[in-house]
Amino acid sequence: MTSGQRRLSAVATAALVVSLAAACGGDAKPGSSESTSSAAASAGSEGGQLSGEIKVDGSSTVAPLTQAAAELFGEEQAQVKIPVGTSGTGGGFEKFCAGETDISNASRPIKDEEKAACEAKGIKFTELTVATDALTVVVPKENDWATCLTTDQLKKMWEPAAEGKVKTWKDVDAKFPAEELKLYGPGTDSGTFDYFTDEINGEEGASRKDYSPSENDNDIVTGVAGAKGGLGYFGFTYFEENADKLKAVEIDSGNGCTAPSVEAAQNGTYTPLARPLFVYVSATAAKRPEVSAFLDYYATNISTIAKDAKYIPLNSEQEAKLKADITTLKSQG
Amino acid sequence: MAILSTPRSAVQLASKGRPLKEHLFRIALMASLAIALVFLALLIVYVVEEGWPRLDSTLWENQPSIRRPETAGIQSGIFGTLWIIGLTALMALPTGILAAIYLEEYADRTKWYNRLLELNISNLAAVPSIVYGILGLGIIARWMAFGFTIMTGAITISLLVLPIVIISAREAIRAVPPSIREGSLALGATQWQTIYRQVLPASIPGIATGSILALSRAIGEAAPFLMLGAATLVRFNPEGVWSSFSVLPLQIYSFISRPQEEFAILAAAAIVVLLAILLLMNSVAIWLRNRYQKRW
Repeated sequence: MTSGQRRLSAVATAALVVSLAAACGGDAKPGSSESTSSAAASAGSEGGQLSGEIKVDGSSTVAPLTQAAAELFGEEQAQVKIPVGTSGTGGGFEKFCAGETDISNASRPIKDEEKAACEAKGIKFTELTVATDALTVVVPKENDWATCLTTDQLKKMWEPAAEGKVKTWKDVDAKFPAEELKLYGPGTDSGTFDYFTDEINGEEGASRKDYSPSENDNDIVTGVAGAKGGLGYFGFTYFEENADKLKAVEIDSGNGCTAPSVEAAQNGTYTPLARPLFVYVSATAAKRPEVSAFLDYYATNISTIAKDAKYIPLNSEQEAKLKADITTLKSQG
Repeated sequence: MAILSTPRSAVQLASKGRPLKEHLFRIALMASLAIALVFLALLIVYVVEEGWPRLDSTLWENQPSIRRPETAGIQSGIFGTLWIIGLTALMALPTGILAAIYLEEYADRTKWYNRLLELNISNLAAVPSIVYGILGLGIIARWMAFGFTIMTGAITISLLVLPIVIISAREAIRAVPPSIREGSLALGATQWQTIYRQVLPASIPGIATGSILALSRAIGEAAPFLMLGAATLVRFNPEGVWSSFSVLPLQIYSFISRPQEEFAILAAAAIVVLLAILLLMNSVAIWLRNRYQKRW
């Protein structure tokens, strides 16, 4: 061996040793990780340790809520595993109605054909409203003309008939400058897209197609912030995190202009773009002690959970309804 | 003079045309290499710079967290990835190498079914990974009822890398000179003894390199796991092959679509970890090749 080769093989050996160590760590770690120690610490506070796995899938918009709930719940019940998938609202319902998941996150109510699929498999479920989101229409900071838009103006921009015709802001309203209108929005698989098209264009899924769709809302942020005539829509959280770059447009649905805010979404004045976020629970799963405990925890701590996940908490009526719904669900069993 | 003038003019002719072309060719070669290296370097510099604030032990000591993005880790993803890759290696490598031995040492290439087999393996290597995801979801997760577990993920990824393992192992076995086999057979060894004691040891460097490159490809896959419904937010490490899991590429994918800036940094740090695991695996491949390489 030359010295070069020897050095190389020494490096490679070191690499192998490190990777082996990592692999061995992998064998030893499960079961003895932080979860066990925190379980020991908090054991007894709940009167008994539950175990098991609660499978959750569905909307990536609602996932942070259930994940935040799972994190908080894990501090009390560390042996209960709650993997949260993000297959989207539709993908989540597909698995939920095949009996593969216990809880399905959804950013829109279940559709009739999905209901039928659940019924065919004999899966009974309950819909729970867990938080509110204010779909926010955003423009870049330098846009000084669009402070408030009516739902009709939004429809003019987004309806299928606008495709190829409404190209500048002037086309939307003669008072606006002739700045090029650049539209950004979520992709057609998204529950946000379904909700927006339903409320603004009057038909779910009906939208002009010549806008820039993105599955990642951060792309919409970048796009809108970078174009003077840009406009896009997404969940309130994305606006809050990017309020330095973007301006939220007030919405006028006939009762005057309302800016998206926690209060407006909670008291119902931010219409029509304040939307409920749902969690669907299978009735069979709800009978399992760990799922039942998780739901209780979810309901009791819902405002903390919503705040942690950066969503708008339910108002007191909605919160009372959530608790009542969970009680009803459990009494069914 | 007349005799000498011919070679001299030939030299002059050569020196007129060649250096320029040769230079151009060399520049073209270097440029191609530079493109690959510059982009790799840019990528590494970018992710390390972006992820630097989070490149500490909390990254692998903590579990992912929605509530505390500034201290969230990727432990479940690291272990998920190691489990998947480990199990994939256990399943895909022996199967792939045995298949390659059959195709190289036993298969009669004049038979139509062997040729069909070869054609299919080459085609399988080119099938997009999302298609394997659909296959895994339909057949392994649902029909075989393995659910969304490590086992399902590892079987799917094994199928994905199997053609690559077979093709690279075949190349390595083919590179062993026939004289080695003939010598062994002439000394009275059976075909199996020849393969086991001569051909396989001689082709280990090639097989190992190919296998590790195939596994390195598997480690970066996100598409089949998205299809298979692997969870993106998992706060526990896998405890066995029937456990739910997440993998690093999926976690990265979910982090970058979160609104908070902290998750973008976390995603960059996770990419650095993924690259480090990849580089480790590739160094092992290089080491194995150097360690066992023989020249004939």
